[in-house]
Amino acid sequence: MASAEEVAKAAERRDIRDRWLLSAPALLIIFLAATGPLLIVLVYSFLTPGPYGDVKWQFSPEAWISVFMERDIFDDTLSLAAAHVTIFWRSIKLAIVTTLATLVLGFPTAYFMATRSEKTRDLWLFLITIPFWTNLLIRTFAVLQIIRNEGLINTVLLKIGITPIQILFTDTAILIGMAYVYLPLMVLPIYASMEKLDFRLVEAGYDLYATRFQVLRRIIFPLVKPGVVAGSILVFIPALGAYVTPSLLGGGKNMMLSNLIELQFGQGRNWPLGSALSIAVMVIVMVALLAYVRNAGQSEMRHG
Amino acid sequence: MASSFSIRHQSGFTAIAATCFVVLYLPIVVLVVYAFNAATSTSEWGGFSLKWFQSAWQNTQVIDATLRSFQIGATAAILATVFATMAALATTRTPPYPGLTFKYAAINQPLMVPEIVTGVALLIFFSRIKIFTGYSGLGYLIAAHTAFCIPFAYLPIRARLENMDLMLERAAADLYATPWQTFRRITLPLLWPGILAGLMLAFVISLDDVVITEFVKSGGQDTLPTYMLGQIRRGITPEINAISTVFLLLSVAIVTLFFFISRKRD
Amino acid sequence: MPDQPGKSAIEVRGVRKVFGIGDAQVAALDTVSVSIRENEFFTLLGPSGCGKTTLLRLIAGFDFPSEGEILLHGQDIAPLPPFKRPVNTVFQSYALFPHMTVAENIGFGLEMLGKPKTEIKARVAEMLKLVKMEALSARRTSQISGGQQQRVALARALAPQPKVLLLDEPLSALDYKLRKEMQIELKRLQHQTGITFIFVTHDQEEALTMSDRIAVMSAGKILQIGTPWDIYDKPAERFVADFIGETNFLTAAITGIGNGKARATLKSGATIDATVAEGFQPKANATLVVRPEHAKLTGGKGDLSGTVENIVYFGTDTHIHVQLDSGEPFTVRQQNTRSAGCGFERGDKVGVSIGNDAAQVLRD
Repeated sequence: MASAEEVAKAAERRDIRDRWLLSAPALLIIFLAATGPLLIVLVYSFLTPGPYGDVKWQFSPEAWISVFMERDIFDDTLSLAAAHVTIFWRSIKLAIVTTLATLVLGFPTAYFMATRSEKTRDLWLFLITIPFWTNLLIRTFAVLQIIRNEGLINTVLLKIGITPIQILFTDTAILIGMAYVYLPLMVLPIYASMEKLDFRLVEAGYDLYATRFQVLRRIIFPLVKPGVVAGSILVFIPALGAYVTPSLLGGGKNMMLSNLIELQFGQGRNWPLGSALSIAVMVIVMVALLAYVRNAGQSEMRHG
Repeated sequence: MASSFSIRHQSGFTAIAATCFVVLYLPIVVLVVYAFNAATSTSEWGGFSLKWFQSAWQNTQVIDATLRSFQIGATAAILATVFATMAALATTRTPPYPGLTFKYAAINQPLMVPEIVTGVALLIFFSRIKIFTGYSGLGYLIAAHTAFCIPFAYLPIRARLENMDLMLERAAADLYATPWQTFRRITLPLLWPGILAGLMLAFVISLDDVVITEFVKSGGQDTLPTYMLGQIRRGITPEINAISTVFLLLSVAIVTLFFFISRKRD
Repeated sequence: MPDQPGKSAIEVRGVRKVFGIGDAQVAALDTVSVSIRENEFFTLLGPSGCGKTTLLRLIAGFDFPSEGEILLHGQDIAPLPPFKRPVNTVFQSYALFPHMTVAENIGFGLEMLGKPKTEIKARVAEMLKLVKMEALSARRTSQISGGQQQRVALARALAPQPKVLLLDEPLSALDYKLRKEMQIELKRLQHQTGITFIFVTHDQEEALTMSDRIAVMSAGKILQIGTPWDIYDKPAERFVADFIGETNFLTAAITGIGNGKARATLKSGATIDATVAEGFQPKANATLVVRPEHAKLTGGKGDLSGTVENIVYFGTDTHIHVQLDSGEPFTVRQQNTRSAGCGFERGDKVGVSIGNDAAQVLRD
């Protein structure tokens, strides 16, 4: 008979093998229909565009050059691609402003929710969860109906004798739309940290002569910072790659990165450029995620 | 000055919160109200009517897209939940083992990449496979939806598992239950609420998807959201409001159910 | 009876359990051997981290030993998984299945053993009666009190009639009164069922009152095995003496040994007789232990002399802390009587007399 030590070792090996077998289907489907294709995108970004879309299997750095540069048709000199730079800048700017806007609105909202009584707290959470799980397209459509020229805002303005304003098809429209659809993404993680906040610490702060603002800045904010950072990441990433909101509210002229990418796979027929742009978006997202992981690690060390 | 000092008060916070809740719900309310508008215009109120619901109901494209959404959503949600349950069992309640961190990263990978990038990647990959195999059915959409639904299904299942007392399974083993009997009689019944929550989350996520579906679908494979996107781009009619209203109702129903399942503590 | 060597139910032979790898290795159990007899109430006693729970888990099968054998009626069970061992456990947290009723919990083990339904039903009824829980059989385990959960856990572990019942600090979650009740209840159950109980606790009082024999553990080793009386009155080592009850330690020179007695010269110069183990050699620096209730304070001269430092009233008795002239601390326990006060005051010069047979020489 095998000794207990051998049996234990065999059991451990079997356990690890079973754990790989159990996770295999999930890993496989994710690799086939999510992770793997990303690698193909990377390969495509170094190929030559085909005449009717797709690619020719010929190496070319052209796609990467044209992410930021433009080649003159006559003398082959390179200059900054103003259109692309503008779109990059607009996307990053709108994503950052959206994040800030949702933070300014979401933080007090999460605070409000967390300071309700135990019983009503669930109701408020429920109210914020409903829009969170409601179709993003429908919510964007709802905003569209409010801000369009014949929408609620302008109808009201007209009624009280003020000239209607053009909001739809501007950057402001995209900003309003994104802030609207992503607000719950900011509120939920902040609320999650806020709910765990020990209000006896706040009490201690007041006891030690802190004003309301000082308590907010020196006690509450540092303690819920992990939630704030998580919320900011959760808003920033989809805002940067937002597709539905800018294409419905921004119109053809106010493109964001996603619309530019889509264009390369549609009328642009430049799949390598579309691939290179996609990778560029990924890089920005990775940088943001890395900053998040670092930050999360640090705060864990401080509070852990 | 007579009232006591509230340590929870912060000036202006309640006002901002109230504004947020009003702003979150106002557009949705307006959207729903206009679904019952008798007028063809979506800016004037022409009296109460159900005609847009009727016209949506008689629109074969809408019915078609809805059925397709349900077919993809149900299949992908069930597959994703089964896979996520297995993966959760494999990645919780264990001392760290080689590959565990890799598994976490891989399972959550679809959450880390903007949808547009995944959409483009799948467009490239699946178009190759379509040429190679000649198959152009719903399989691609189902595979894509399953992949991005897994992390969502995984979340509540893993959370539930981690809160489950490993002692219960030990006790079962102590009482002569084989590993399979322990799983059937102890682990699975206790994990059930988490699995249900995961299933519902996955279904809602699949039902809501626009971007990835838009890039992956072949001709004639519109789901309800991609159909609506096309319609809105072409011009707004109250029929979209009517469809949205029904869709909303469904989402609210599922979320409510989910909320009660995940809040319920044994 | 317990002192008669009977047939052994569990025999642990040279068991080591090491956790971690390489330099980070920690021996949770360091070559432990112990033989537990049939029908015995055996207690593993020690502070947390001493290895007592690890030993219990090895017997239950939740862990495998790194070295050594665990014999159940002569057969090595160390490599068997828990569901193949005729051993059941009462868990510290009870680990009752929350999705089953009380009766379903109790019947679970029998069901897993594939017993027929009628037999299960009868046995469950019998168990419910044994732990006096008949009225609550249909309740969910979340709907009963802590003490009741404890009874259900016991019934569940006893239902399959295990050869050995393991109890992992099962009373620690109960309040004082309930714990006292359950101690008596457990003794009754052990007597009634005739099953070998292996009981793990860190509570020395619990161990002394319930056990036939006790093994005192520290840092992965068994220091002493014996009856409660042995352990309390004849501690072999300083740790055992210190861990069980309160003790005074005195330094003394052993000048002569004979007839199980040692002649000990205390620092004060006084000479007393102390019990000593066989084979002990005379030495200048030995340690004597004296239980506080085995010494008396006198107003005049005693074996030792000192000053009263502190007086602590306990209801049934009073502890008088004395600073000996030799610099050593010494505590005397004095039974309280109806008359007020203990007769001494802080600062009093007192003598301490040590009774016959009261002192014992430690092995180390």
